[in-house]
Order: sequence, then structure tokens, then C-alpha cells
Amino acid sequence: MNKNTEIKAKPRKNAVVMFIHKMGSPPWFYDFTGKFIPWFWLIFGALTVWGLYLGLVKAPADYLQGESFRIMYIHVPAAWMSMLIYSTMAVLGFIALVWRIRIVEILAMSSAPIGAAFTIVTLTAGSLWGRPTWGTYWVWDARLTSELVLLFLYLGVIGLYNSIDEPRKAARAACLLAIVGAVNLPIIHYSVKWWNTLHQGSSISLLGGSSIDTSMLWPLLIIAIATKFYYAANLLTRARVSLLEQDMRKAWVREVLKEKN
Amino acid sequence: MSHTPFIWAAYSIGAVVLLWCAVAPLAKRKSIATNIRRLIQIEERSRDSDS
Repeated sequence: MNKNTEIKAKPRKNAVVMFIHKMGSPPWFYDFTGKFIPWFWLIFGALTVWGLYLGLVKAPADYLQGESFRIMYIHVPAAWMSMLIYSTMAVLGFIALVWRIRIVEILAMSSAPIGAAFTIVTLTAGSLWGRPTWGTYWVWDARLTSELVLLFLYLGVIGLYNSIDEPRKAARAACLLAIVGAVNLPIIHYSVKWWNTLHQGSSISLLGGSSIDTSMLWPLLIIAIATKFYYAANLLTRARVSLLEQDMRKAWVREVLKEKN
Repeated sequence: MSHTPFIWAAYSIGAVVLLWCAVAPLAKRKSIATNIRRLIQIEERSRDSDS
């Protein structure tokens, strides 16, 4: 066979690449993610009930802090989530700016209100834990202040996104702010090491041992996993709503609404 | 000092904030769906009057 006329088999695309390509299509994304949301809520609910039962009922009171240590089961997972969601938002923001993928822009922007909610929970629960433990609701120490700065960064991203009419331009500006604000994350994490703070240092380490008894540690880990499912379910719900709003005049949105009726 | 009110307050505020954060997009979805249906009705009416 002539070299020029030789028929070459079309190279098959990797399954992961194909999946990413499909996720870029709004109708496919809307349909595919909709199947997972109820399961994510269900897992979140089951893990939360289990974790709270172990943490609030079964775990013994702390020898030093007494019953107030139980605030840990909402404060610590919320604090972890506030940082994890910001990191995710910054990474998604970077991808959105480099590759200009609309779904990724939407996911980054949908993360901001969830992250802000977790940061509010972190600050209020921490403040309510601080009163019986330190004798004060608030102190301007490095950990508390940097977490408050994180809340302002979330509010800044939400505000900037909502202040520009064109959603894609708005997302690009807000993604840039999210990326710049990521500099605050190591400051929050290392604040208890770099400065002499009233806030205690880490009790749990992935590499080293934890200084918490396992009867207290397990409920914390279970609730920490539960919050990941909350984030996933809430993020996908918000992303789907944003897609409906942005594509209001497109045929696929009308098809979706017709199917619902 | 009793710690119970602090624990209750922390969990109550946490529950309200996270519940609001979960319910808000559902309410928004409902209003968007209503708007889209209204838009479809207007378009259909104008199409009928044209024909």
C-alpha cells in the first residue's frame, strides 16, 4: 500500500481525557452530577449523625477543658474545610484562567459561598470555645486574625464576582483574586508555629502521632469526612443552578425544565 | 462556669449557617425555573400573535 494512502487507525482517547471533555458540556455536566447529589447528602447525613453521636454522647469529657472540648467537633472540621475549599477554589481559579473552561469557572465561584459559610462557623464556634477556655471571645492573635482575613477574602471573591454583569469576565477577575489570596493559607496553617499565639498548636498530624485519645479522635475524623460530602453536594447543586441561570435562553435548559414538569 | 450554653450556641449557629448555605441554591433554582417558564410563555405568545 502506498504510504500516502495508508489508512491509519484513529488514536483512541484516554478514558479520563474523554470524561474531562464530557464534563465541559453543560447539559452533560448537569445530567451527570445530578445523579450523585442525593447520595452525597445521604452519606453526609449518615456520617454526621454517627460522628455527632460518638463525639457528643460516647466520648468522655476532657480532663482539662471539661465538656467545652465538644465544640471541637464542629470547630475543627469547619476550619479544615475553610482552608480546603479556598485551596480548591484557587486551583480551580488557576485552571479556569489558563484553560478558560466555563464549568471550572462556575465551580470555582460556587465554592466561595460554601467556604465563607464554613469560615463563619469556624470563627463563631472558636469564639464560643474561647470564652470558657481562655476567658475571652476574641483576641487578635495570628491564627484568629488570619482566619478572619480568610473570611474577608471569601467575601471579596463573592463581591467581585457579583459586581460585574458579564459572568465570564466576573469569574476571571474573581479567580485572580482567589489565586492571590491563597498566600493567606500557609499563614493560617503555620501561624501557631511562627508566632506565639493564644490558639493552641495542632493536636493532629498526618505524619506524626496525634495527641488526642482515639475515643475523641474518631468522631472528629468521621465528621471531617462528612463535611467533604457536604461540600461536594452543595458545590454541585450551586454549579447546576449557575448553569441554569447563565444558559437560561439555551434549548437544553428548556428541555430540562420540560422534563421536570 | 457551665459549658453547656456555649456548646449549644456553637452547634446551633453552625447548623443554621450550613442549613442556610444548603437551602439558598434550591430557592434560587426555584426562582430561576419560574423566570424561564415565564420567558417561554412570553415567547410562545409573541409567536402566536405573529402567526
